[in-house]
Amino acid sequence: MIINYFFPQFMHKDTGGKILLSLLALVTIMVIIFNFLIPLLLPEASSWHMPTYMVTLLGKYLCLALLAIALDLVWGYCGILSLGHAAFFALGGYAMGMYLMRQIGDRGVYGDPVLPDFMVFLNWSELPWYWYGFESFAFTALMILLVPGLLAYVFGWMTFRSRVTGVYLSIMTQALTYALMLAFFRNEMGLGGNNGLTDFKDILGFSLQSDSTRIVIFSLSAAALAMGYIASRFIVESKLGKTVVAIRDAELRTRFIGYKVENFKLWIFVFSAMLAGVAGALYVPQVGIINPGEFSPLNSIELAIWVAIGGRGTLFGAVIGALIVNYAKTYFTGALPELWLFALGTLFIVSTLYLPKGVVGLFERFQNRTENNKLEEKTA
Amino acid sequence: MKFISQKNNLGLHLIYIILCLIFATNVSAENNADLEKLIPQLQVKNFKKKIASVKQLAEINKPQSITILEALLDSRLYYQKADKSVVIIQKKDHKYEIFSPLDNTKIGLVEKKTIKKITTNNKLRKTIRTLLAQKKISHTELNIRQAALKEILTSSDASLLPVLQQAKKNESDESQKDLLTLAIALIEVDSKDNSIRLSAIKILGNSVFPRAKGKLEQVLLTNDQGSFIEQDKDIITASQKALKRINSKLSLFSNLETLFFGLSLGSVLLLAAIGLSITFGVMGVINMAHGELIMLGAYTTYLVQQAMPNDIGLSLIVAIPAAFIVSGLFGIAIERGVIRHLYGRPLETLLATFGISLLLQQMVRTLISAQNVPVITPSWLSGSLVFNPAFAITYNRIYIFFFALMVFALLMLILKKTSLGLQVRAVAKNRSMATAMGIKTQWVDSLTFGLGSGVAGVAGVALSQLTNVGPNLGQAYIIDSFMVVVFGGVENLWGTLVAAMTLGITNKFLEPWVGAVMSKIIVLIFLIIFIQKRPNGLFPQKGRSSGGH
Repeated sequence: MIINYFFPQFMHKDTGGKILLSLLALVTIMVIIFNFLIPLLLPEASSWHMPTYMVTLLGKYLCLALLAIALDLVWGYCGILSLGHAAFFALGGYAMGMYLMRQIGDRGVYGDPVLPDFMVFLNWSELPWYWYGFESFAFTALMILLVPGLLAYVFGWMTFRSRVTGVYLSIMTQALTYALMLAFFRNEMGLGGNNGLTDFKDILGFSLQSDSTRIVIFSLSAAALAMGYIASRFIVESKLGKTVVAIRDAELRTRFIGYKVENFKLWIFVFSAMLAGVAGALYVPQVGIINPGEFSPLNSIELAIWVAIGGRGTLFGAVIGALIVNYAKTYFTGALPELWLFALGTLFIVSTLYLPKGVVGLFERFQNRTENNKLEEKTA
Repeated sequence: MKFISQKNNLGLHLIYIILCLIFATNVSAENNADLEKLIPQLQVKNFKKKIASVKQLAEINKPQSITILEALLDSRLYYQKADKSVVIIQKKDHKYEIFSPLDNTKIGLVEKKTIKKITTNNKLRKTIRTLLAQKKISHTELNIRQAALKEILTSSDASLLPVLQQAKKNESDESQKDLLTLAIALIEVDSKDNSIRLSAIKILGNSVFPRAKGKLEQVLLTNDQGSFIEQDKDIITASQKALKRINSKLSLFSNLETLFFGLSLGSVLLLAAIGLSITFGVMGVINMAHGELIMLGAYTTYLVQQAMPNDIGLSLIVAIPAAFIVSGLFGIAIERGVIRHLYGRPLETLLATFGISLLLQQMVRTLISAQNVPVITPSWLSGSLVFNPAFAITYNRIYIFFFALMVFALLMLILKKTSLGLQVRAVAKNRSMATAMGIKTQWVDSLTFGLGSGVAGVAGVALSQLTNVGPNLGQAYIIDSFMVVVFGGVENLWGTLVAAMTLGITNKFLEPWVGAVMSKIIVLIFLIIFIQKRPNGLFPQKGRSSGGH
């Protein structure tokens, strides 16, 4: 197929991924053309473009889809159901939020050139040490990867080494994100407490309110999703990925063959956490706020359901699931708010009882049936 | 130590006063000549004469004289302009109800302009206060004596010293006598005689009464240079010793109180976790809807109270079996409808039951209310057990502690002594072997799940007395409950008990040091690390089942 020309070798069999990435590229290019180039070149033809809020909403979905890929990597391929993945997402978001806070400078309500508004309000006299360096974007970018990665490393190192698995591990991760949520709610934490970080002005010198910045961030989110997808696909297709799947299906057997199971688990867990951190960092400038609510255990469990709905262990299924559930959430919370929890609860039950392989599995079953029919026709 | 309920005591006191008043009206009618003679003299302008009449009035040994003096002290004693007769008034809307000072009978309702207040000055008020204290402190009723002493202890008026000494001599009640000694010591600390002061300081050192500590601190006040204002060395060392004693006693009591709070939190955790311990331990099923089953129990309490608004005290007793049945039935429905189809897939069970928890929350919001509902605390649960001024514990927490232990013992009994318990344990140990022995495992599963859920409902009844009852009630407890179960070791009720109490007490002892939120965080982090070291909890299950794959 000619389309294979555009994709690396290891993706040639990944039809779902190819379709997904092509669609993603198409949408991104269309948004850039209609919302950016045409208004720039032909100002009078501006009636064509997509409203900016929709671009931002779409950008948000893409970040959440990247988060879903991160979870699918550990759950779908390694069998680790992390119920604390939103914590890594939020940590990446907080790192970005701290950078954006420092960018406000003296334009805050209190006009302090160094301290963010909430610190002035709480009578803090100087910046806590962990805020140092966040005025630099390069440092922030490093932290976005490092902070979630480090937490995942420490937590994973302890947990996998002592062979905590299954539901125990899930509960542990949930306790982790719960503890972080409680900690971030405290004002003494120096990260905005209850209100979190907000009132961002600009990023790298570009105003966050302007349409063109938003389109750039949207395109970056799309690029991050695509790259995250390709990197994850590369990992699962590699020898390491095969080992990880072996661990998922028979951990003891893999160990007996001679693999260091905990190292493989740790590696993929840390990578996944970093991916989640990047997703969070791109999410924050688009929604304009990060607060401790992002750590809530509910968010992480909801994330698991996106992956379950889409289809575990496929990567593109996670993206589909994230888009479907989040679109449904936007629709329901707007139109029928009291029905949303009913719908979400039913989704949880239906997807686990009747859709063990998610939407993707449904599609595959349908495809197999038609193929079988064809076969039967041929033999008949 | 004496066990008195503070609240009840005040209530009793009030009832006594009212009784006295009623009693007074009956007796005074017989012979009120002395009162009749004295009362008109209260409205003379001359304060000296007024004081003399007040003293005479105090000497009359009748309850009504107390009433009159109190009215005078509260500026409620008036005279009617028309006939100069003295009356006690009570403001009612914009008018005044007037009562006879002789027997407290109501005379009528009058306008303000028809009556005039009997004036008092500082000296007169002071005299009345002393006289009243004197009268009440040697009253024949113990309750009135106690109340009077309580009032004296808060102010300690030096002029009352002879009154108190006299009262101490006549006092027969031991605890009242001790309090009188304390009240005298509080005054005598400021005496001029050093030997009296020293013995007073010694007495103060034996008390945990807040004013005793304050008085000693006052003795030990320092000036700007940091040297003591008090000159006498003996007094200073004695006061320091006494203060040290008080402080060590106070810290003992505050530790006791923290321990009790810890046990009380522990019993809440035990109630919340114990049902989970059964379902998780026996069936290996993670039931994320467990918190919502607790919530349903709390709402059942609310609904039972709505159904029987006239018997709030009884409603809580009725609510316990009701909540057990409601939550138990919901639990069986969940097991039959969802969990049964997901055996062997624990992660999916976790997600599906989480979905159920969302459905139950929204169901309550839609059917009842999104707001918290008011659950009334019956009178036998309110109030507190007062050991001394520094240590009191509330009844509802005591009851919940014993209730939790009772539920625990009952569950133990069911599991160890009934045939159902035997089957449950058999299935937990080895499912296929149990099937081979003819146990209907599916039937046992349903009943076990129903039992665990029912206990969650009962926990909800208890929690409704401690926290707000709202749709999110369950969510607050789910992570804590899991932590307790995992910490104690799965399928081990004793482990759950020890874990709940340990976590509760640890939490409360950390609280004064680092604050409530931080202590919770520390406990969570401790648990996360603990599980790494001992993945099977404090008391791991012995057997071949551990391991997996």
